[in-house]
Amino acid sequence: MRHIISINEVSTGEIDDILDRASAIEEGDFDPDALKGKILANLFFEPSTRTQMSFVSAMLRLGGKVINLGSIEASSIVKGETLADTIRVVSGYADSIVLRHPKEGAARLASEFSDVPVINAGDGAGQHPSQTLLDLFTIRQSMPLDGINVGFLGDLRYGRTAHSLASALSRYGVTIHTITPPGLELPPSLTHDLLDTGTKIVVHEHLEDIIADLDVLYVTRIQRERFPDPGAYASVAHGYRVTPETLADVSERFILMHPLPRVDEIDPAVDTMPCAQYFKQARNGVPVRMAMLQKVLL
Amino acid sequence: MKRKPEEGLLISPIRNGTVIDHIDGGEGLSVLRILGITGRTTESLSVATNVESRQMGKKDIVKIENRELLKKEVDRISLIAPKASINIIREFQVREKIGVEIPSEVIGVIRCPNPGCISNANEPIQSSFACQKRGYRCRYCDTLITRDIASYII
Ligand SMILES: Nc1ncnc2c1ncn2[C@@H]1O[C@H](COP(=O)(O)OP(=O)(O)O)[C@@H](O)[C@H]1O
Ligand SMILES: [Mg+2]
Ligand SMILES: [Zn+2]
Repeated sequence: MRHIISINEVSTGEIDDILDRASAIEEGDFDPDALKGKILANLFFEPSTRTQMSFVSAMLRLGGKVINLGSIEASSIVKGETLADTIRVVSGYADSIVLRHPKEGAARLASEFSDVPVINAGDGAGQHPSQTLLDLFTIRQSMPLDGINVGFLGDLRYGRTAHSLASALSRYGVTIHTITPPGLELPPSLTHDLLDTGTKIVVHEHLEDIIADLDVLYVTRIQRERFPDPGAYASVAHGYRVTPETLADVSERFILMHPLPRVDEIDPAVDTMPCAQYFKQARNGVPVRMAMLQKVLL
Repeated sequence: MKRKPEEGLLISPIRNGTVIDHIDGGEGLSVLRILGITGRTTESLSVATNVESRQMGKKDIVKIENRELLKKEVDRISLIAPKASINIIREFQVREKIGVEIPSEVIGVIRCPNPGCISNANEPIQSSFACQKRGYRCRYCDTLITRDIASYII
């Protein structure tokens, strides 16, 4: 039985396989009855419109059906049931479980109690492998992953999507460039892990110092809660905003990504530029999740 | 003039029990804590701290009367005293010598420092850490403990 809990446990061969399958799916090359008769249980203990909807869409496009938790208030969770018990019960109702939970490690726990494959759809500040796969997929649509220069802008301390993507990219011999406000740098343990793989990390103070050399710029949201007062947030956030002027000298194959939702970090005037790939990126969630569901269910 | 203190001068012999030797200097009390031995224990025990040792510079020694350590307890000791040797004493003689082994996995011994980790929630699981080059990594949330491991012991 194949769970997908952390991108770190998915081999490079498997990643390539999932991305190749997603490419084929995107071109319409898939069996719309591939998962006919299969039921997916969507267990979202935390709101997440996009991830939840794209898993539902992926399952329906492959001919499967979806059941879900309903409202948490009405469920046995409020009666104090453990996640372990919920998983034991639900794994008797479905052929696979997609789990989003506020606690780190929840999906690992679920995999220990489930009789059916578990896909982690985000566990607190932890892993979110389907996001990482769709990020890789989006880059691969524009260029091969090997040896590229990838910039990460914004909050690299708490931004889990950036963490997972950076560690996945470390398998492809990329160079990682970071541009962060003070205090929101990459956590030291992740920096060590990345350096251990031979990945080069270059820290830049300003985006304009490196933008012309980047193949990808991955923008993450800087959260207001990380700052003591609104003034401090506003002054920092302003310096990390991407505008058409910021992107004046980018390379031909350069792409701009963002896991969405975006707030102020990308000027809407950028949306129509050819390099702006974030809406495409969000759409890629469906073919990538279709490929993942096929991987665990077939 | 200074004569090296003989261990025997610091601690009198025991008839039956366990001697934990070659504990890193200053970690003797942590070893007791790992074994669940607190101030209210009924065991008769002695701790010698910062004894000079030819191999280790300074070392601690713990002697516990009338208790033979279990393998599980020995493994816990490896977390803070990887060089320790455990001597089981019967009738004043060393009858068994056990070296500690660093286990590849430490289960139910240390608490994950991440309050958001599922292993700290009310779930029917034990904490679980993989022993890695840079420290102990939580199986659930990937948090890496690199120092002061003794303070996370459950
Ligand atoms: N009967 C005893 N009572 C208390 N401590 C003892 C007793 N016998 C041995 N020890 C201690 O146990 C440790 C191991 O003893 P031994 O095997 O004789 O020496 P070593 O390991 O240094 O070669 C030493 O620290 C020694 O002082
Ligand atoms: Mg000796
Ligand atoms: Zn943990």
